[in-house]
Amino acid sequence: MAQLSVEHLSKTYPNGVTALHPCDFAIERGEFVVLVGPSGCGKSTLLRMIAGLEDISSGQMRIEDRVVNHVEPAERDIAMVFQNYALYPHMTVYRNMAYGIRNRRVPAAEIDRKVRDAAQMLNLTEYLDRRPAQLSGGQRQRVAMGRAIVRDPALFLFDEPLSNLDAKLRNQMRIEIRALQQRLGVTSVYVTHDQIEAMTMADRIFVMNAGRIEQIGTPAEIYHRPASTFVASFMGAPPMNLLRGHGTGTGAVMLSGGLQLDLPMPTDAGRDLVLGLRPEDMRLSPDGPIRFDIQIVEELGATRLLHGQLSEQPFTVAVSKETQAGPGIARLAFAPDTASLFCGQKGHRL
Amino acid sequence: MADPVSTPRRPFRWSAILDHGVLIAGALFMLIPVYLALTTASHDKLLIQREGLQWGFGDQAGANFSAALFQSGGFTGEITGATMLMNSFILGIGFAIGKIVLSMMAAYAIVYFRLRFATLAFWVIFTTLLLPLEVRIVPSYEVIQGLGLANSYTGLIVPLLASATGTFFFRQFFLSIPEELVDAARIDGAGPVKFFIDILVPLSRTMIAAIFIIMYVYGWNQYLWPTLITTEEGLFTLVRGIRQIVQAMAEGSEIPDYGRAMALAIVAMIPPVVIVITCQSWFVKGLTESDK
Repeated sequence: MAQLSVEHLSKTYPNGVTALHPCDFAIERGEFVVLVGPSGCGKSTLLRMIAGLEDISSGQMRIEDRVVNHVEPAERDIAMVFQNYALYPHMTVYRNMAYGIRNRRVPAAEIDRKVRDAAQMLNLTEYLDRRPAQLSGGQRQRVAMGRAIVRDPALFLFDEPLSNLDAKLRNQMRIEIRALQQRLGVTSVYVTHDQIEAMTMADRIFVMNAGRIEQIGTPAEIYHRPASTFVASFMGAPPMNLLRGHGTGTGAVMLSGGLQLDLPMPTDAGRDLVLGLRPEDMRLSPDGPIRFDIQIVEELGATRLLHGQLSEQPFTVAVSKETQAGPGIARLAFAPDTASLFCGQKGHRL
Repeated sequence: MADPVSTPRRPFRWSAILDHGVLIAGALFMLIPVYLALTTASHDKLLIQREGLQWGFGDQAGANFSAALFQSGGFTGEITGATMLMNSFILGIGFAIGKIVLSMMAAYAIVYFRLRFATLAFWVIFTTLLLPLEVRIVPSYEVIQGLGLANSYTGLIVPLLASATGTFFFRQFFLSIPEELVDAARIDGAGPVKFFIDILVPLSRTMIAAIFIIMYVYGWNQYLWPTLITTEEGLFTLVRGIRQIVQAMAEGSEIPDYGRAMALAIVAMIPPVVIVITCQSWFVKGLTESDK
């Protein structure tokens, strides 16, 4: 049974701006879904619609087979973790966590047990009497999580919960959140603009752009078979190289710099195409078919990024730290089945 | 705090003398009348009548203060200083609390509810700043008189309540509360009333304290409206009563009891001063910082 499903869900603001174009999807019980996309792509709007904080313009939304279009947030059986934690500053950690279930008239003994269990789980027991202002960012984030856990909801919603933490803490919290979610088995929807968070945490990723869901898939699918040039360029660091060219009709692409590459798929003659090649799928080989003019070398420690020109278009290659390379002309080779081919006009995968 | 030994001596500046001179002059300007009132209140009325204000302390302080507080005065002789003190407290506190409750709820409605004309409503409230009670005193009197509220605490307090300043302060404060907090409260099942009481009121407490002080002092010092609306001496406030003492005596062709009036003036000053001093830190906090 799907925990959350939507049909033709869309959002149009009164001023005529469409924040979310009609979409359909279903999220299974226990799944961790990440909505990822650039600012203004509608991911937060979608999350707020699920939470009931934004009205639904059209379509239908179900949580556990119950239509919730007009159900108040508090009645939807969800819990939400906010970007700025949204803790009540005048309440202690304990009261912050207890507030939601107290409003539901849960018996005091049960509230106490639930809050203490959650605090234990999150290593917050010794902070229960403190105010949020006396806690560090990571601790506040944990309190926000605790508040969600105590509610024991059908659905966890996360709105960029890690974006206010420093890089090190973010990595740590990422793992903590994922571990906690797996332990509790609660279906989760997580919004982020950080593609690393999306790749590392998700069971499935929804890549969003300009109010549309561009692709839904597992991290591996999204990475290896991006559905559009947008997904290809958004997911992965460094991003996929996108080379403009046109089909030759003989299963090859003629790049706009004059280089012809053979591919294992048919190409319509004269059709505008974009060829996508992941930087790490390329390898340096002295007798490779491609000429690559290396201009800048970036050291990342484990890998080395070579930036330069390929057939008069910017191109990046990632090589392991053992591979020596410096500015100058090099030869490249790649396995043809790692290449992605997109429509040059509309950007969708061919 | 830095170690005092290591703190370098600040170089002497001549301009500091000027700065301090101005400050000291200002302080004296404010304090000397208070001092004079205090010293004069400790003298016999005959001496004051003969020699005017007194710079030194006399021996009548106890007599004058107890007369000011407990001796009946006025035409009917049914009002004492203590009664007036009580009336002033009722006016000051009723006025401050009423104003806070009213302006907080008005600001809540304007900021958090999608009212059709919320902005317009706010500006209409705001323009009442241009129409203080003194401007609309005749119609206000008409209305209160017509409602039969003259000579009542209600009539004394209610017409002064509608407050643009309070509404404005609370509106600005509410606008600065992050929207996420409102969302979180909605998810936590707090309806509008619960949100107001559980979240907004506790968050506003420094703000409330600051406005309470301002409004309490303002209400305490009201003169014109109480003079107009209360004719029964039992409802007189202190500020008004001070004048009454002097006037009643003078018209009765007796020597005005200046010592007693001065004593009452000192008494009238004490409650606002105490409130301001004790609540000073809250006051500054409320107007400058917030613990969101």
